[in-house]
Amino acid sequence: MFFTYLRRELRRRRKAALVVASGLALGIALVIVVTSVSSGMNGAQDKVLQSLYGLGTDMTVTKAATPATGSAQRPRFRFDAQDDDSGKEQSSDHVLVQGFTTLPSSTVGKVAGQRGVAGAVGGLSLTVVKVSGQFTRGRIQQNQGGDQPGGYGGGPPQGRVAGGGADFDVNQYTVYGTDVTEPALGPLTSSKITSGRAFQKTETDAKVAVADSAYAKEEKLEVGDTVTIKGVKFTIVGIATADSGAAAANLYIPLKRAQTLSGTKDKVTTIYVKATDSQQIDAVKKTIQKNVSGTTVTTSADLADTVSGSLSTASHLAAGVGKWLSAVVLAAAFLVAGLLTSSAVSRRVREFGTLKALGWRSGRVTRQVVGEAVVNGLVGGVLGIALGLAGAYAVTAASPTLQAQLGGGGATGGGPGGPGFGGPGRQAARTLEVALTAPVSATTIALAVGLAVTGGLIAGAFGGWRASRLRPADALRRVE
Amino acid sequence: MYELRGVTKRYTRGKETVHALDGVDLTIPDGDRLVIQGPTGGGKSTLLQMLGALDRPTSGEVVLDGTDLAGLPEAKLTRVRSENIGFVFQSFNLIPTLTAQENVETALVPLGVKPGERRERAAEALRSVGLGERLGHLPGELSGGQQQRVAIARALVKQPKVLLADEPTGNLDESTRDEIMDVLERLWNEHGLTFVMVTHDSAIARKAPRLATIRKGRITVTEKTGA
Repeated sequence: MFFTYLRRELRRRRKAALVVASGLALGIALVIVVTSVSSGMNGAQDKVLQSLYGLGTDMTVTKAATPATGSAQRPRFRFDAQDDDSGKEQSSDHVLVQGFTTLPSSTVGKVAGQRGVAGAVGGLSLTVVKVSGQFTRGRIQQNQGGDQPGGYGGGPPQGRVAGGGADFDVNQYTVYGTDVTEPALGPLTSSKITSGRAFQKTETDAKVAVADSAYAKEEKLEVGDTVTIKGVKFTIVGIATADSGAAAANLYIPLKRAQTLSGTKDKVTTIYVKATDSQQIDAVKKTIQKNVSGTTVTTSADLADTVSGSLSTASHLAAGVGKWLSAVVLAAAFLVAGLLTSSAVSRRVREFGTLKALGWRSGRVTRQVVGEAVVNGLVGGVLGIALGLAGAYAVTAASPTLQAQLGGGGATGGGPGGPGFGGPGRQAARTLEVALTAPVSATTIALAVGLAVTGGLIAGAFGGWRASRLRPADALRRVE
Repeated sequence: MYELRGVTKRYTRGKETVHALDGVDLTIPDGDRLVIQGPTGGGKSTLLQMLGALDRPTSGEVVLDGTDLAGLPEAKLTRVRSENIGFVFQSFNLIPTLTAQENVETALVPLGVKPGERRERAAEALRSVGLGERLGHLPGELSGGQQQRVAIARALVKQPKVLLADEPTGNLDESTRDEIMDVLERLWNEHGLTFVMVTHDSAIARKAPRLATIRKGRITVTEKTGA
């Protein structure tokens, strides 16, 4: 009888049921869209962080910030003017350590030995500024004294320097010295080798390089080509394509080679750390900071806080306005559903009064009312999920591009930045573009169903309370 | 058997107190057929509500088969209604979305009768009021007389001890009224139940063996011999 009665009543009151269900649907759809967009933003943020860290890195260790000493390196370029007209090209590379601060390589072992650390690997981020071009001498052109209007006759020959000059090209790119013996950790893990091969574990001091695909395309580099860094020729053995966002560096070379090039023997800029338990990252961070002095430990959560740009703005919007708006719409929908259900009970006073006169207990009548409201809620839930999925699909289809800006300490002065992110205060500014998606998870759907049932129960509670208070005599008296 | 002793029912409307029943004493033996008459607002329906365990008196006792209904908790009153008392209302009070058969079944739901048996007994009750061909019809598809027959079937399907009817012919034309009264009288004779009916209809009142008249909450009972 319960289900027969329920079915018939819902069919009879289709319009009212639809109004209640639509209100709930709107609220639920909004929750789904906001939740999925938030999740998409978190995903985008993770992608951004992953492109810096590589897969599997839980935190980085860098040298703690120290006051500038004033003796920081500045690039100096020396060129000689050519004596002849050969037009011979001169070039000078200057290799800078990103952030200008390094840690001794022995720190990697110290960090690896800390409790809760599953693995640690060091890397050296470099920026290479290459200036190349021609520099020719000017020539002195002799002038005849008499030719000069108003000049003094009989003086020594007059002359001026003519011609000569410089034609230089400045090229800046990033190089990352990677520990080829530990390929599972570090920034290169977020790239896939799309041509050629990866480093071999034996190539610790080899003159080989892996180029980022975007950089390779720009510089027309292919596997087998060579690149010269500070006079050393490296053979390109592989091309790596970043999984998402921008690559960590333009070129990757073995760590030892990078240390030699930059004159930082046994030094690293960043140590990439993987924790044994991803839930214990904060504890591991504290342990490292306590036991390895002079270091700054940055977790992905710390780094996420430094993300700015439209991604951050949108993320804050979704977390703030979106969630509040969803809550308000849901609360309004619940309230309207409750009031409509209560008003529907008022219109059915005679019906419920009759049932009570026939011996139906209040609980049975209340269950009937709550049952109808819950079905309304579920219909709203189905509509809301459909609407929410459509909304999330639309967001994913439109894939609006968001910009993420990381750091901005400006230690290296712009450029594509590098993988060696230290403490937030010393990070190089880095802007990445990510496409926003709105993935709908099973949890979100479960949340929507939960909200639908809750909405139905709240509405049912309003109506049920009204129905339970109905005395059969009052019900019949009001209509007789 | 009903025994009403000093039953008073007062309602408060704003600052005014209405005495719907004012010290009513009444005995209704088992199998009796009592017709209650009186002017509008005189207390007829209120008395019927007391008899039907739909309401409690302000004071006094309403005793049904030795149990004072006035002192029973709501759950027990509900049980008394579901097992012992059948109601027929002036406006039929059928559930518009349920078929004739399902409407009759609603009276068996609180008794915990299994669905199959419920359907069977409801169909039988409808056949007994001449609606065997209308089991699947909704109330809106039936005439007023047919709807009242469904209501009578609903009242009698649980085989109550008491049938209470509140102006059962009030919304019907003359020929339908006679038809319904014939059905009620036949069933009363067949089932041997106690039948209390409120009516404005003098023609019906004239035929009643006992006539109670309520005016301003006070009752007078007239016994008719040979009625």
